[in-house]
Amino acid sequence: MKEKERTSVIKVSGVDFAYDRQKVLRNIEFEIYAGEFAAVIGPNGGGKSTLLKLLLGILEPDAGKIEIFGSSPLEVRNEIGYVPQNVDVNTGFPITVLDVVMMGNKNRHTGRRSLLDRMFPIRYNDIEKRCAYSTLEKVGMESFIDRKIGELSGGERQRVMIARALCAHPGLLILDEPTSNIDAKGQKRIYTLLEGLTPELTIFVVSHDLSAVTSYANKVIYVNRESYMHDLSEKPLSIETPEGEHFCEVEMMQMLGERR
Amino acid sequence: MMEIFTYDFMQNAMIAGILVSFCAGIVGSLIVVNRMVFLAGGIAHSSYGGIGMALYLGIPIFLGAGIFAALSALLIAWLTIEHRERIDSFIGLIWAVGMAIGVLFTDITPGYHSDLMSYLFGSILAVSKSDLYAMALLLAVILLLVHRYYREILAVSYDSQYASLRGIPSRLVYTMLLLGAAMTVVVSIKVVGLILVIALMTIPTYIAERVTRSLYSMMIVSGILAAIFTLCGLLASYIFDLTSGASIILVSATGLMVYFVVSAIYRRILYSTEE
Ligand SMILES: Nc1ncnc2c1ncn2[C@@H]1O[C@H](COP(=O)(O)OP(=O)(O)OP(=O)(O)O)[C@@H](O)[C@H]1O
Ligand SMILES: [Mg+2]
Repeated sequence: MKEKERTSVIKVSGVDFAYDRQKVLRNIEFEIYAGEFAAVIGPNGGGKSTLLKLLLGILEPDAGKIEIFGSSPLEVRNEIGYVPQNVDVNTGFPITVLDVVMMGNKNRHTGRRSLLDRMFPIRYNDIEKRCAYSTLEKVGMESFIDRKIGELSGGERQRVMIARALCAHPGLLILDEPTSNIDAKGQKRIYTLLEGLTPELTIFVVSHDLSAVTSYANKVIYVNRESYMHDLSEKPLSIETPEGEHFCEVEMMQMLGERR
Repeated sequence: MMEIFTYDFMQNAMIAGILVSFCAGIVGSLIVVNRMVFLAGGIAHSSYGGIGMALYLGIPIFLGAGIFAALSALLIAWLTIEHRERIDSFIGLIWAVGMAIGVLFTDITPGYHSDLMSYLFGSILAVSKSDLYAMALLLAVILLLVHRYYREILAVSYDSQYASLRGIPSRLVYTMLLLGAAMTVVVSIKVVGLILVIALMTIPTYIAERVTRSLYSMMIVSGILAAIFTLCGLLASYIFDLTSGASIILVSATGLMVYFVVSAIYRRILYSTEE
């Protein structure tokens, strides 16, 4: 791809962020283009989830600018799909997989609900059901559609959350460690699924799984208070930090465990 | 024994019991799934301050308690909206201060102290026609709002952060839930009283949450169970001459025990047929 044809999906320039007093992110800079598969890596507490919350507009940067599809995150929130890091909350909640997948769906792709439909908010019409079914099929969870979400395993629940994000047909999909509860086979399946969604969709995923990152992502952003971006399509994973440090994959692996 | 159904006060009591049960069942379900039981408890107890003030000022109890409960709901909403979990001590404070205000005002009000217990534990036989109108109005408003905004409420209750991201005003929904709890508490004062209302909002709900697979059916089942418990409790209180609120709650607790026993037996049967 030539530089000028590419449309910018995420553009982060000079972003600082601090919780109350604790400085978490400093001078974050990177740009992601349409159709890219970008992965964020870094140690626990490095600020990855915080970065995602900034991209989603849940948090506001103290300095610098974030543009998603050229606008502020809140203006384009219908274009952003999000899979949160912790999906194990509220397991006793009486809610089915179908309810979860359809959650917050704004009729954009399922049409307006008729008056009759609206009189029965608990029922989903055929278009909605089909939409939910086909996204669940993508993550291999279609047979669970009527199950109570609390009766699912952690990994199954995580796949439902991915389906929920896809159901809104976003242009950008942001995932926070989507495979942390998923077995090896399931992980491969999720990453293959995500890869198959590009280039129509731009993927931005936080992951601790370096082998998945190197085999699927074309861009890596290393976040540990500061950010370093690396383009995998140009050379294999090795990151040069401003302090002149140079990491190859193995060192990176160690660093993920040690550096804080 | 059938003659009790012909008494006016008994008919009022039963209608009130049913109306309040459905309010408590629906709002209680939402309170439970949103993990706001403790917050609702704080609102219920602090509204005792409103009762004390109303007694002192000579204004209607419903009005005093209503304003006080609504204000403490707004205060709690404002305090907890950012951090839903880390707020225990604030709620405890509102809880205790509200009750203290109530006690102080009743102290400086001449006479009147004999009625106090009835606000804490209910006096369903004293329900008037205008009380019934207030209860029916609240139930109608709750039904309307919950039905119209069911999907939004469901999304906020299950995952409020995600709901906000999808553009659902989760803070507004959260505040409305607390206000709904406050109003339910106020209309329940006569039926079960301030102290027992939380039990009416949580015991039927506990059972309903386990036997249903959607929030919607949980609310309906809670309402029906609450109504059954309330009517049985009312009957028991009439026959054995007991305080209505207390017997309603004890009937509910008995219902809960029955549920435990039945579900244990059911699991046994399921287990033995699998072999
Ligand atoms: N709500 C918050 N208030 C205050 N500090 C916070 C908050 N959330 C996170 N932090 C702090 O900010 C830092 C970055 O946290 P963040 O969750 O972004 O890390 P992370 O890179 O996602 O880590 P992990 O790999 O464990 O998910 C941590 O030191 C954390 O303690
Ligand atoms: Mg994180």
